[in-house]
Amino acid sequence: MLWLAAACTATAAQGDAGSLTGVPGDPARGLAILRDPSLPSCLICHSVSSLPDRDQGVLGPSLDGVADRFTADAVRLRIIDARKASPETIMPPYFAIDGLFRVGSRWRGKTIYDPQQVEDVTAFLMTLAE
Amino acid sequence: MKPHLIMLGSCLLAMVASAGYTDAPPISGYQFMEPETRQLQDDDFLNPAMFLVEKGATLWGQEWTDGGATCQSCHQNIATDMAGVAAGYPRTDPVSGRMVSLEMKVISEIAGRLGAAAPAYGSEDLLALTALIGFQSRGLPMNVAVTPESAPWIETGREIFTTRRGQLNLSCANCHQDHWGEKLRGDTISQGQINAFPIYRLTWSDFGSRQRMFTWCMESIRAEPYDYGSDEYLALETFLAVRGAGLAIETPGVRR
Repeated sequence: MLWLAAACTATAAQGDAGSLTGVPGDPARGLAILRDPSLPSCLICHSVSSLPDRDQGVLGPSLDGVADRFTADAVRLRIIDARKASPETIMPPYFAIDGLFRVGSRWRGKTIYDPQQVEDVTAFLMTLAE
Repeated sequence: MKPHLIMLGSCLLAMVASAGYTDAPPISGYQFMEPETRQLQDDDFLNPAMFLVEKGATLWGQEWTDGGATCQSCHQNIATDMAGVAAGYPRTDPVSGRMVSLEMKVISEIAGRLGAAAPAYGSEDLLALTALIGFQSRGLPMNVAVTPESAPWIETGREIFTTRRGQLNLSCANCHQDHWGEKLRGDTISQGQINAFPIYRLTWSDFGSRQRMFTWCMESIRAEPYDYGSDEYLALETFLAVRGAGLAIETPGVRR
């Protein structure tokens, strides 16, 4: 539950967010999370053209080359709480419990990802260089 | 009604009339369905929701208390008496003077006029009766009236529709207003229109009302749903009915 406190403070930094765990993310686990259809996962809204997954998302920008455009800290910040980068974004905040309305009782006070999942997804996205 | 209330009502009415409800003409969810799903709805012999209409017809002629009246006792010719009725709900109830959904109206008729234990919101009996009544409006345009009484409900409903909520921090409008017609993992996002309810939903393998769908949507964005029959759902339903004005009623519908 310590990381819940982290969820409240991790987004305080403007522009970037450092590692939540100090443990390097695992890109393979990150890929599994990113494409898991049972989770509110990246591929619902985004696409990665190097992946064979069908019916990838179209609502958000392609993630191709995201590692060329952003640092790991900037990618992490956008996963943690994309509102910090774009206040009007429709992207859900994956590691925030603040500024939300009528969160269902099953999910109240919980984040979508746990801290290591944030690190794992960040690590995978940082492999997407062109 | 006092003059200043009438003025307030008129102002709200003007706001509602001028603001518009969608950037585009309303499009039924039917248009976003796969051909196989459309066929299920189109063929009354295949449409699973026709079960509700048939069950509703049985209940229509049933005594609700021993030796008591049936629905049919007063509404003798359902095809003519109930034609177009569902298309106008939610509406201001002439008896109570307050806004009611079709479900609330059926409940109050059975509990009040017939003095019986009414079926609960969400029960199969209530789905059946509302499907039967809705079926008498099939093909007719949704035409919920914007009146001084309904206008505040419509505005509250619009606010609920556009308020971001839940762990995923999404509003109904984020998808069903701003991104309808686009794909979410292979499924096309609809406008969130409500002209086919009650429906048989393939995802549920079950029937459902408009308000069951609201609850499903709320839970899918990990938000706390409102209660069936709550003011919030009634407001949302009223807003959506006006937003979809003119769409042909498809009751009983089939959806993915």
